Amino acid sequence: MTQNSLGDSVVQKTVHAQQNNGVAASATQTQPLWLLAEITYRCPLHCAFCYNPTDYDKHTQNELTTEQWIKTLREARKLGAIQLGISGGEPLLRDDIEEIVAEAHKLGYYSNLITSGVGLTEKRIQAFKDGGLDHIQLSMHDITEEINNFITNTKTFELKKKVAAMIKSHGYPMVLNVVIHRYNIGHMREILEMAEALGADFVELANTQYYGWSLVNRNQLMPTKEQIEEAERITNEFRAKTESKMKIFFVVPDYFADRPKKCMNGWGEVFMIVTANGDVLPCHSARVLPNMQFPNVKDDDLGWSWKDSPAFNKYRGDSWMKEPCRTCPEKEKDLGGCRCQAFLLSGDAEAADPVCALSPHHHLIEQAIIDAQNPQLQAQPIIFRNDKNSKKIIEGELEARVAEFHALP
Amino acid sequence: MDNNIQSADIYALAPHHRFQWEEAQQSYVILFPEGMVKLHGGAGEVLKRVNGMATVADIVAELKAAFPDADDIENDILGMFDLALGKQWLRKV
Ligand code: SF4
Ligand code: SF4
Repeated sequence: MTQNSLGDSVVQKTVHAQQNNGVAASATQTQPLWLLAEITYRCPLHCAFCYNPTDYDKHTQNELTTEQWIKTLREARKLGAIQLGISGGEPLLRDDIEEIVAEAHKLGYYSNLITSGVGLTEKRIQAFKDGGLDHIQLSMHDITEEINNFITNTKTFELKKKVAAMIKSHGYPMVLNVVIHRYNIGHMREILEMAEALGADFVELANTQYYGWSLVNRNQLMPTKEQIEEAERITNEFRAKTESKMKIFFVVPDYFADRPKKCMNGWGEVFMIVTANGDVLPCHSARVLPNMQFPNVKDDDLGWSWKDSPAFNKYRGDSWMKEPCRTCPEKEKDLGGCRCQAFLLSGDAEAADPVCALSPHHHLIEQAIIDAQNPQLQAQPIIFRNDKNSKKIIEGELEARVAEFHALP
Repeated sequence: MDNNIQSADIYALAPHHRFQWEEAQQSYVILFPEGMVKLHGGAGEVLKRVNGMATVADIVAELKAAFPDADDIENDILGMFDLALGKQWLRKV
């Protein structure tokens, strides 16, 4: 008997990473099965690898109200949304998450809270549990406190240990997401040991993908191919010897692959993102794309936004493609990769994702890998994600660091 | 079959899994952290009856009564249990 005789895996993601756009899904029906609420861009942490927009500071004063979120949840549910991701920023900075998860539960969503753990208290987690929150994913930044503090620029590591224990004691599966970059890739074994000690059920080791702040900091964050191979080897070794049931996912970074990821499982196929200020997007970073007007839940009907808005239809399917994708025999596998990555790196939103070895822009990826090993470029300071730096970027003060990209990442 | 399903076995949905009817899909689904599986008709009928109390034999009997025209559904039902268990959607009680 095959899986097909029992059911289709419609949206079967292993574990969601804050930065992982990849899903292993089979369906191409266009229903927004996944609603991802980027509920606030405010965040107490300042991660250098954050994929949030660098101009997020524009969107911290005009957040949707609780009522607007609830209306959005209701309408998305009617369109078929069933998995809800509540992320940010740090969602716990809003004090209405309790209300939102309770409403999500009533509506029949399977709800997932994606948090750094800062702001999680016994009282709040109890309220989430009572309200019917289904799942919590905790992002851990690293094992050694020193590196953790360096990369997130704040002292949160001890707290995460406490939060992990809290999550477990409330009967949630312990799902850890660890973003991998140059500063922690050498600590793979320690990271896995720590995850096991915390009783993690799932660990996702998500190699940094370069969007938003992580793109600005690409030369500072990107490990070498050898480091990635070594990290993967250690992961496999750990899997082989460990007796625990902890499942480990190692997300290979696309820069070191020769085919792109099927970004968001296709534009406007299964994912609908609603941002803090109500913009409705097919992917987290879609706002970098030129000549696009995205719908907003304050003004536009959600059904229209998903089905009929020009933005959602622009890159749906494959009719927008140019060569080499248009006639490529593999085009259904990856749908030409990521539109944002194509535009940010090549300046052409309709080009093949430069990650693809068949792309005429593939040299940009090869150059990025070389640049990341250039000591002079490496020595440039990390631009941490914070309000001050976001303002600077909006005002054009960090021009030199973003000049090579075709939009503010 | 790998899981050696016995007629006296009792199963329940695995922790953190939810089974529900989805109007938009016009089918039963299983939901779990960040994923969903859409169940085909027969599978939905089986899993609907898995409640941590009914034995496999009870479920087979019920389905035979509900679908008297279907031939040899017992094997299909056992196969579904086997697969659902293999996918860790179910746990043995
Ligand atoms: S700064 Fe860090 S914790 Fe905050 S949203 Fe970005 S990646 Fe997440
Ligand atoms: S040429 Fe385009 S469609 Fe073909 S593999 Fe590369 S990105 Fe995918």
